[in-house]
Amino acid sequence: MEAVLACVIGVLGGAGVWLVLRPRTFQVIMGLTLLSYAVNLFIFSIGSIFTNKPPIVSPGIPADLDHYTDPMPQSLVLTAIVIGFATTALFLVVLLASRGLSGTDHVDGGKGEP
Amino acid sequence: MNGSLSQLLIVPVVLPLVTAAVLVMLGEQRRRLKSIINVVATSMGVVVAATILRYVDGDGPGVHLASNWEAPFGIVLVADRLSALMLVVTGIVSLCAALYAEAGWARVGVHFHPLFQIQLMGLNGAFLTGDLFNLFVFFEVMLAASYGLHLHGSGLPRVGSGLHYLAVNLLASSLFLVGLAVLYGVLGTLNMADIAVKVAHVPANDRGLLLAGAAILALAFLIKAAMWPLNAWLVPAYGAASAPVAGLFAVMTKVGVYTVLRLWALVFSEAAGPSAHFGHSVLLYGGLATIAVGALGLMTTVRLDRIAGFAIIVSSGTLLAAIGQWTPSVTAAALFYLLTATLGVSALFLLVELIERIGTTRQHQLLDLDAPGEDTNLDDDQMPLVGRVFPISIALLALSFMTCTVLVAGLPPLSGFIAKFSLLRSVLSDLGSSAGGWMMMGLLLLSGFAATVSLARAGIRSLWSTGHRAAPEVKAAEAIAVLGLLCSCILLTIFAEPVTRYARATAAELHEPRAYIEKVMSTKSRPRSPSPVPAPETSP
Repeated sequence: MEAVLACVIGVLGGAGVWLVLRPRTFQVIMGLTLLSYAVNLFIFSIGSIFTNKPPIVSPGIPADLDHYTDPMPQSLVLTAIVIGFATTALFLVVLLASRGLSGTDHVDGGKGEP
Repeated sequence: MNGSLSQLLIVPVVLPLVTAAVLVMLGEQRRRLKSIINVVATSMGVVVAATILRYVDGDGPGVHLASNWEAPFGIVLVADRLSALMLVVTGIVSLCAALYAEAGWARVGVHFHPLFQIQLMGLNGAFLTGDLFNLFVFFEVMLAASYGLHLHGSGLPRVGSGLHYLAVNLLASSLFLVGLAVLYGVLGTLNMADIAVKVAHVPANDRGLLLAGAAILALAFLIKAAMWPLNAWLVPAYGAASAPVAGLFAVMTKVGVYTVLRLWALVFSEAAGPSAHFGHSVLLYGGLATIAVGALGLMTTVRLDRIAGFAIIVSSGTLLAAIGQWTPSVTAAALFYLLTATLGVSALFLLVELIERIGTTRQHQLLDLDAPGEDTNLDDDQMPLVGRVFPISIALLALSFMTCTVLVAGLPPLSGFIAKFSLLRSVLSDLGSSAGGWMMMGLLLLSGFAATVSLARAGIRSLWSTGHRAAPEVKAAEAIAVLGLLCSCILLTIFAEPVTRYARATAAELHEPRAYIEKVMSTKSRPRSPSPVPAPETSP
C-alpha cells in the first residue's frame, strides 16, 4: 500500500511540476492543483498508513499508536486543503483578469505565441 | 506583570481581525469613517507593539497559551525581543502606509481597508506564533491579503506581475507544507521550542530526512526573503504595486528573514548536536550572491520603482549573509540594519510615486490608474479630509529623496551609516581567515556604492532636470507619511545607543535560545475558574 501511495504522490507531483513550467496560464493552474493534491496526500501519509485504526480515543483501549492512527496529520491536511483551495481559486480570478486585459493566456501576457 | 503581558500578546492578532470585520460590514459607503477607523486601529497597533516591547525588554519572553493548552499540545504565541522588535517595525511602517493611502489610493478600488488590516494580522501573527503550522496559517493569511492589495488599482502591469507573484507564492506554500510534514514525521511535534529540544535526539538514520525537511522548509522562507536565485518575482511585483502597498510590502520580505533567523537559531543551535549550524554556508554565500545581484540590478536601471525593489534585495542579501556569519556581534549589527533598511526602503517606495507625479496633473495621474469602476466614485467632496496641496512640494520631495538616498546607501550621518559601519566593524573583528567575511566586507561597500550611484542618477534625472514642469500635488497626509518614516530613521540615529543595546540583548537571546525554550515549555495553563460547586467542607 505504501508503494502505491508513494507512486501516486510522485506521479501527481511530477505532472504538477511539468504543468507549472508550461507557458499557458491554464496549464499552470492545473499544475498547481495537481501539486496541491500531491502535497495533501504527502501530509496525510506521514502519520503512517494503517487500516482499521480510529484516530479518536475510545475508553478501555490504551491510547498509543499501536491501537490508533495519528490524528494530527489528518487535521493538518484539512487546514491545508481549505487554504490551498482558497488560494487556487484566487489564482483563477487573477488568471481570468489577465486573460481579459491582455487578450491571451500566455503567462507573460501576450509576448508572442507560446 | 507577566500575566497581563501574556494576555496582551493576542491583541496584535485580534485587533486587526476585529477591525477588518467592522470595516467589511461598513460597506463601500462611509469612506471617511472607514479611513478614520483604519488609521486609528493601526496606530493602536503601534501602541500595543511598543507596550509589548517594553514588557519583554524588562521581564523576558512572554508566552500566551491559546485556549489554555500547554506548550507541545496547543498553539502558543511567544514574544521575545526579536518578535517585539518586528512588531514595532511593522506598526510604524503600516501606520505611515495607512496615512499615505488615505490621500487617495484607498479610494481607487474596493475593500482596501479590510485587506490592509488582514495583512497586518498575518504579519503580526507570523512574528508572534511559536508553532510551525500556525506560522503556515499566518503566512497564508498574510499572502492572501497581499494578493488582493497587490492588485489594488488594477491595470495590466499589476495583473501580469500579480499572476507571477501568486504562482511563485503558491509553489512556496507547497514547499512549506512538504517541509513541515517531513519535520512532523521525524520529530512528532510542530511546536518550535519542542522541535529545538527534540532535534538533538534524532537517531542517526533519521538525520538525513530531518535535514531534507529543514532544507525544503528553508527554501519556502528564502523565496519570501528574496534570496538569489529565488527572487526574480520581487522587482516587477513590488514595482507594479500601488505606493502604500509597496511600502507595506517592504516588511514582507523581512518576514522571510525573520523566520529563517528564528527557526535556524532555535533548531540548529549548538545544542542540536551533530546537526548544529546546518546550512550556514548556504545562508552566507546565498546572501552574498543576493547582494551582488541586487547591486548589479541597481546599476542597470534608472526607473525609481525598480531601484527600490533592488534596494530591498540588497538589504535581504545583507541580512542573510550576516545571519550566515553567526556571531553575536554581527547578528546585533544586522538587527540594527534591519530596522533602518526596512524604514528607509519603505519611505523610498512611498516617494517613488510622488516623484513620478512631477510634471503630471492630478487628473492624469488618476487616469493612469486604469479607470476605477462606477461604484468607486472618487468624489471631490472628500478632498478636504486629507488636506490641501502642499505648497513646497518639490523642495520637500527633493529633501526627502536625498535623506532616503543617504539612508539606503548607508552614507553618514544617518542611521544607515551607523548600521553599515557596525556591520563592517563586527565582521572585521570576527574575521579570522574566512573568505566569506572578506567577501562580505567587499560586497557591502560595493553595494553602498551602487546604491549611491544609482539613486543619485535617478534623482538627477527626475528632480534636477525637470525644469519648467508643473510642481506635483502632494497631499498633507502623504507628506506626513513620508516624513514620519524618515523622522523615525533620524530618531534611530539619535537614539542609536539604546537601540544598539536592545539589538545586542536580542542577539544574545538568539544565540542562547535555552531561556526561550524553557519559558515556552514551562508555561503552565491557567487553573480553571473556581467550579460553581464548592468543595465539601469538613465537619466542624
